Amino acid sequence: MPSVGDLTAGNIRSGLLAGDFSATELAREALAKARAENDRTGVFLSFTEERALNAALRVDRSLAAGEPLGPLAGVPIAVKDVIMTKGERTTCASRALQDFVSPYDATAVQAIERSGAVVIGKTNCDEFAMGSSNENSAFFPVRNPADPTRVPGGSSGGSAAAVGGGYVPLSLGSDTGGSIRQPASFCGVVGVMPTYGRVSRYGLVAFASSLDHIGPFARTVRDTALLLGTIAGSDPMDSTAATAPVPDYSGGLTADVRGLRLGIPREYFGEGLEPEVGNLVQAGIDSLVGLGCEPVTISLPHTRYAIASYYLICTAEASSNLARYDGVRYSRRADRAALRDMYRDSRAESFGPEVKRRIILGTYVLSSGYYDAYYKKAQEVRALVAGDFSRAFEDVDAIITPVSPFPAFRLGEKTSDPLQMYLSDIYTITGSLAGIAGMSVPCGQTAAGLPVGLQILANHFHEQTMLNLGHAFELTRGDGPGQT
Amino acid sequence: MKITPDEVRHIAALANLRLSDEDTALYARDLEQILAYVDQLNELDTTGVEPMAQVLHEGNAAPLRADAPGASFDQETALRCAPLQGAGHFKVPRVIER
Repeated sequence: MPSVGDLTAGNIRSGLLAGDFSATELAREALAKARAENDRTGVFLSFTEERALNAALRVDRSLAAGEPLGPLAGVPIAVKDVIMTKGERTTCASRALQDFVSPYDATAVQAIERSGAVVIGKTNCDEFAMGSSNENSAFFPVRNPADPTRVPGGSSGGSAAAVGGGYVPLSLGSDTGGSIRQPASFCGVVGVMPTYGRVSRYGLVAFASSLDHIGPFARTVRDTALLLGTIAGSDPMDSTAATAPVPDYSGGLTADVRGLRLGIPREYFGEGLEPEVGNLVQAGIDSLVGLGCEPVTISLPHTRYAIASYYLICTAEASSNLARYDGVRYSRRADRAALRDMYRDSRAESFGPEVKRRIILGTYVLSSGYYDAYYKKAQEVRALVAGDFSRAFEDVDAIITPVSPFPAFRLGEKTSDPLQMYLSDIYTITGSLAGIAGMSVPCGQTAAGLPVGLQILANHFHEQTMLNLGHAFELTRGDGPGQT
Repeated sequence: MKITPDEVRHIAALANLRLSDEDTALYARDLEQILAYVDQLNELDTTGVEPMAQVLHEGNAAPLRADAPGASFDQETALRCAPLQGAGHFKVPRVIER
C-alpha cells in the first residue's frame, strides 16, 4: 500500500473505492508512523487510537455494504490540542489542563467525523496557542520536518508538522494572529485562516475570542478546500458563527484566475523582510501575473501599528478568558487551606512564562485608569487597520504578501526577547485584526532548503477567490502534490 | 513609562497569580518594554473612530438560537473534570468560619 505521507484526501477516496487499502490499514499505518517518530519530532501530545480504529472500521463497513462514503472517508487527520475531542485529553499544551478530558466534541470535530475522517491524535502547540515557535509548549517542542534543528512555527506547530512530516494528509489548527499561516509557511504546507465566524469556535478553548479561528492544514489547496467546506457553517452553539451560506469550495475550485486584480501592499515588502523570502514571494506574484492576474501596488497605511493594537487586544481578551482556570471546576489545583492561596498557587503552577506575561499585560491594560489609554485605543486602531483593508478590497480581489519575514529559525534563537518574537507576526496580524480570510501556500525553498509561504488575503467570505488563486499557483509550480 | 515591582505585584494580585520575586522583576521589565513599544499608537489621532470590539459582518449579526430547553451536561459529567468534588458539588477550601 502507498505511504500515508504520499496520499491526499482525493486519492485516499479512490484507493478505498478501488480496494487498494482499507481505512483500517491506513489508520494503523498513520498511527504507527507518527508514534514511532514522535520522540524525535514532538508532533503529537496524545494518540486517539481506539477512536481512530472505530472510525476507520465504520468506513470499511460502509464500503463493504456499498453505502455512500462521506467526503473525508478514511482520511487520517490530526487535531490541535486546543480543540475538544470528547473522551480524549485536551491539554492546550499546558500544565493547567494536563489531565483534562474533554466532556464534549467541538463542532468542527463533529463535522469532520461525520464526514468520515479518522482522528488519529492531538497535536502539540504553544501553551494556550500563545506563541510563534511552538517552544511555549509546557511538554516538549516540535521539530520542523524540513530541518529538525529548527522550529515548525506556532502556535499550531504540531498540526503543520503533522502534515509536513507526512503523518496525515489533513489537520486542524487554530489561528489568532497567524498561528495557522506562519507554521504552514515554515513547514511547507497549505494553511487557511478562514473569515472570522466562517467556522464555529464551539469547542475551541478560548484565547482571544474576537480573533480566534479554527482552520485547515493540508498538502494541497484542493484538500484544504475540501476540509474547509466540511467545517464551515453556522452553529447554534456559537452566536459569532456566520449564517452566510457556505459555497461548494471544492466544486467551485478553478485554476482560471485571469483578470483578478492582486493588491501588492508596499508596506509588506520593506525593512525586515529577508531578501531570499522577498524574492520567492516576488517570483510567486510573477507566476500569478503570468496566469493573467493584474498586479496593483496598494498601500495599507496603518500596518505598522497593527502589532501594538493586536498585542493589547489579544492579551486583554486572554487575561479575561484564562480567569476560568481557577482549580475549581477543572484545571490544576494546588492544595491550600485558604481559598485565595489556592487560586493564586494553582494558577502559578498552571501557566508557563509566556502565558503569565500575557495575563499580566492583559490585566494591566484592562485595569482601572488604563482601559481608555490602551485597550480602547487599540480597538480604535484595529478599526483603522480594518478600514485599510475595506478600502483596498474596493479595488482588488486579493492581496498578496509574505507570511513571515524569515523562514523557520533555530530552536532557542528567539526565546530570550518576547517583543522580537511578537514583531515577527507583522504580516499575519493585520488580517487577523480585520477578520478577513488568509492563506499560506508554499512558494519555494531557500538555498538552505527551508520552505517559504506566500500569503493570499481575501475579503470577508471570499475564501473561494483565495483558494482559486492558491490552486492555480500550486499547479504552476509542478513540483508539489497539488497535481493530483 | 517606568513599571515598578509593586505595580506588577498589584496586577498579579488582580489576576490571582502568585509570582516569585524573580518573576516580578522579569515581568516589570517586559511590561515596561512592551508598553514603550505600544506607545506609538498615540501617534494616531483616533478622534471619532468607533472602537472595533468585534468582527461582525452583514448576515452575521450574532444570531440568537431559539430559547428552548435542550440536553446539557448532567451533573456527573460536569463534576468529572473537577480536581476535588463531593456530594454533587465542586469543593473549595473553607471560606466561612463556624
